[in-house]
Amino acid sequence: MKRHLLSAADLSRDDAELVLSTAEEMRSLADRPIKKLPALRGRTVVNLFFEDSTRTRISFEAAAKRLSADVINFAAKGSSLSKGESLKDTALTLEAMGADAVVVRHGASGAPHRLAHSGWVRSNVVNAGDGTHEHPTQALLDAFTMTRHLGALDGRRIVIVGDVLHSRVARSNALLLHTLGAEVTLVAPPTLLPVGIENWPVETSYDLDSALPKADAVMMLRVQRERMHGGFFPTAREYSRRYGLDGRRMASLQDHTIVMHPGPMVRGMEITADVADSDRSVIVEQVTNGVAVRMAVLYLLLGGSEPAVGGEE
Amino acid sequence: MPTHPQPESDGARVVLDDRDIVRALTRISHEILERNKGADDLVLLGIPSRGVPLAQRIAERIASVEGYDVPVGSLDVTMYRDDLRLKPARALLHTEIPAGGIDGKVVVLVDDVLFSGRTIRAALDALNDIGRPKAVRLAVLVDRGHRELPIRADFVGKNLPTSLVERVKVTLAGIDDADAVTIQGVVQ
Repeated sequence: MKRHLLSAADLSRDDAELVLSTAEEMRSLADRPIKKLPALRGRTVVNLFFEDSTRTRISFEAAAKRLSADVINFAAKGSSLSKGESLKDTALTLEAMGADAVVVRHGASGAPHRLAHSGWVRSNVVNAGDGTHEHPTQALLDAFTMTRHLGALDGRRIVIVGDVLHSRVARSNALLLHTLGAEVTLVAPPTLLPVGIENWPVETSYDLDSALPKADAVMMLRVQRERMHGGFFPTAREYSRRYGLDGRRMASLQDHTIVMHPGPMVRGMEITADVADSDRSVIVEQVTNGVAVRMAVLYLLLGGSEPAVGGEE
Repeated sequence: MPTHPQPESDGARVVLDDRDIVRALTRISHEILERNKGADDLVLLGIPSRGVPLAQRIAERIASVEGYDVPVGSLDVTMYRDDLRLKPARALLHTEIPAGGIDGKVVVLVDDVLFSGRTIRAALDALNDIGRPKAVRLAVLVDRGHRELPIRADFVGKNLPTSLVERVKVTLAGIDDADAVTIQGVVQ
């Protein structure tokens, strides 16, 4: 039985399209005076965040509340987690409290998988970002944003630029966009591409200028300095000159091409302020779409007697 | 020669053919106008999937009689159903509320078959989250009885006495091959 959303690879094409079409209906709720649906009344969603996060946690919280679920926020700071409690004991506590779904973000890759398959909890587990591994709901909201601007993604060229090595967003996007038929090119300095990238369903390039003119969407990634222990590039200035998106590079894009960023962005590093604030930028819209996509995921996992999407038990 | 109800191969019996449906919808359209004393303030909301084309057809007839385009929308009630938890999570259908909204309007809900009344209860709850109409009325192509809630239709295409084991199926050109209402009974 499908119960969890741990990886973008869990989603078949039908699953992904169901999430996107459901999100389209959820999106129209944002224009209504009463932004509330009764689908998850009486269900409890726990946001279990071992890592700092603003937009993802708030987005999941808004999504659950708009579906009338009860939301419990569990942050590592200021809880027993900072006193040395293990993931297992935290999970058993949540189980005892009757959580129906656990939305988990953890610094260790694979933590949501452990939570889902250990037998500690009966809840549905949604991965909200684990280490440098995956962030499937971000990929879904990115795909949703792209389809709203570009239509079906079959044969569309998506260029993802920057710190792929530390990016769970890049991995989830590469998997999901491949499932949806898009052609993904990852552009990064050699030091910021992970080992084993040749097994991903993507093209890679070290040259941003040659990749941009054919792109239908360009996604800039943040350089994750907090995860860097060592010299991955000589200076920040050299990085932004070779891999940053500025006004000059933006001018080489096709007219319909959109510019995306999963946030938080560092203006002046991977993207300049004039690009981030330009008409092509859909960065703010990505946040709005995030709530709709997470509503769709929570509804499809929790709304019925059994989930309609997600990975195998 | 009008085509008359005739048995189909799989034991299904046609109770309304395409011309019967045309006549029923024309009558419903006139009844709506008569009851409302014109087309002012009317909003037609079809319940997906087959209520939506029915609502559009009623709007076309009202337009040809009154020369006024009544706003038409669709209202998905999936998340308001009382059996949501009893089945696997279901795909949502399209909801589209006309630009003028429903506040202060006379909303006519349109559906193909009225049976237990639970869909209409869900629709009334869904409307509650969208606005406050002046009145809500219900138009259905077929009323097959067996209500489980105190709900009745204002405009009915055909009252069709059925037994609980029978299945009433509405097909509409556009979604299906052709217009028809068939009833599938138990083997005699």
